[in-house]
Amino acid sequence: MTNTFEETAVFEKPETKEPLGILFWICVGWIGLNLLGAIFANVLPLTDPLFENYNAINAGPSLHHFFGTDDLGRDIFARVIFGSRVSISVGLGAMLIGFGIGGPLGMLTAYRRGRFDTAVTTVMYVFLAFPAIIATIAILSFWTPRALFKIILVIGLASVPLVYRVIRTATMNIATKDYVIAAKVQGATDRRILFKELLPNVAPIGISFLLIGIASVITLEGALAFLGLSVNPPTPSWGNMINESRTVMAQNPWLVIFPSLALCLFLLCLNFIGDRLRNYYDVTEVKL
Amino acid sequence: MLVGIAFVISVGSFYLIHLLPGDPATVILGTGATPDAKAALYKLLGLNKPIYLQYFTWISNVLRGHLGTSFISQTSVAQTIRLAFPIDLEMIVLSQILAFGAAIPAAMKAAKKPDGWVDRTLSAGSFTLLSVPPFIIIVLLVLLVAIKWNIPHTGPSSYVGLGSDWITNIESLALPSFTLAIASFVIYFRVLRSDLIATLQEEFITMARSKGISQRRIMWRHAFRPSSVALLGTAGVNIGGLLAGGFVVQYLLAIPGLGYTLITAINMSDYLLVQGIVLIVSISVVVINFIFDFIIYLVDPRISRD
Repeated sequence: MTNTFEETAVFEKPETKEPLGILFWICVGWIGLNLLGAIFANVLPLTDPLFENYNAINAGPSLHHFFGTDDLGRDIFARVIFGSRVSISVGLGAMLIGFGIGGPLGMLTAYRRGRFDTAVTTVMYVFLAFPAIIATIAILSFWTPRALFKIILVIGLASVPLVYRVIRTATMNIATKDYVIAAKVQGATDRRILFKELLPNVAPIGISFLLIGIASVITLEGALAFLGLSVNPPTPSWGNMINESRTVMAQNPWLVIFPSLALCLFLLCLNFIGDRLRNYYDVTEVKL
Repeated sequence: MLVGIAFVISVGSFYLIHLLPGDPATVILGTGATPDAKAALYKLLGLNKPIYLQYFTWISNVLRGHLGTSFISQTSVAQTIRLAFPIDLEMIVLSQILAFGAAIPAAMKAAKKPDGWVDRTLSAGSFTLLSVPPFIIIVLLVLLVAIKWNIPHTGPSSYVGLGSDWITNIESLALPSFTLAIASFVIYFRVLRSDLIATLQEEFITMARSKGISQRRIMWRHAFRPSSVALLGTAGVNIGGLLAGGFVVQYLLAIPGLGYTLITAINMSDYLLVQGIVLIVSISVVVINFIFDFIIYLVDPRISRD
């Protein structure tokens, strides 16, 4: 099978925990700022992202338009902020579905083992062999008209086997630890073991994988936007802004630079937080 | 196992059309189809028969190499795929040569002195690149190389086939291969670096050092082989991913590989072509993973293949 290297490279535990560091908190702050911007985009004093101002076409950054305007005179700053809504909601929504199904299932099968575990795991591994990207594209392309919830649903379901594998591996590592066995011997209920012993220890692994998963889903949404399979223009998303800017790249490089920057910084922060958390909790490197 | 997966994939590609709302014939032929065409399709796919019989009709055609004839372009689906596949293959080979060529020496340099300045720079750099999606890299590269520097044969829709002139051919594949190479490099570097660091702390390395074997020989002969297992596993998954995920760069540069063909087929609602490509790519991905599992087994026979 393809998964012979799941548990690789276990480093020795450091004596004392390295602090998370200032860069970590800067990243958390940036993500928070982006989330606030996405949630309150309607309330913020922004130009209408769809308003076409023909007096200011392809304008450079200025006080009126912080990031300049695009080839239709639309304010790039407003479009970048409104565009974050699509990327962030796809990332969060899809992972919510993936973790909502894959997480509990993975914990339960890893804890119970037996025939149920074998059956579910076999099914999941077969699905893992099917290239999820191709399936996602194929389903989205024929499931018209395109809508945000369909994209979230398809990507979310496609991520279930991956989440399942990570959570199951992580739970299995913990379920064999002495304190879990001790709890079992003391006669703790399954429910208590799952929620009080396993969940708190699987959660850090889950959260760091969740963050990196959100980053991957946002990248995927961007790629889908390039292929015209994400939300329909003129609704802005980071992906379709970069895509639309290709034709006027030579005249107006700002149009490609700002959404790309917004996307990359967001991804960088997510990856960094996920990576730091994984080191902090000294997690066995679970291959993503 | 392989047969089982291939079976599931074939069912998946087949049922794709039944997952979608509406009449399959309308999905395949588009809304403006003539009743004649619909009747022909019903006959070809046996759409009036029960669903498991439909599957058998379809799979027996597929096994004999008949993926159908596109209703849009009137060309054989198998023929279209046969023309597009080598382009993907060449792109992947070029990108992997670049990626491995850069990642192996870089990881060795970094692992020699973990947390030294070389390691820090390379790790930080690769981490940053990890967050730059390929579609941004390719857009920026086209902006810089094809538009600013005006280097010929690198811009969009300038693909030249391998048959005519191999230098121009490589030029026209340089940017997409380089883009895919960056994405692969980042992954390979990170995996190999952490494994090399772990391996270099093992006792047999200390033993080799105390025997006075040169650093270079230790790195290549002693440390590299046991450290390359995870790298190979990752490479298998990654190359499969490139086959499925190289579509954006191909689409942007109009390189007529499988990805580009798939997207144009989707835009034209060429259902049979989409189905054929999904089937072929999925099976190739499984085969690639299988091949890499076998290579891993050759490199480290202690790992049994399940």
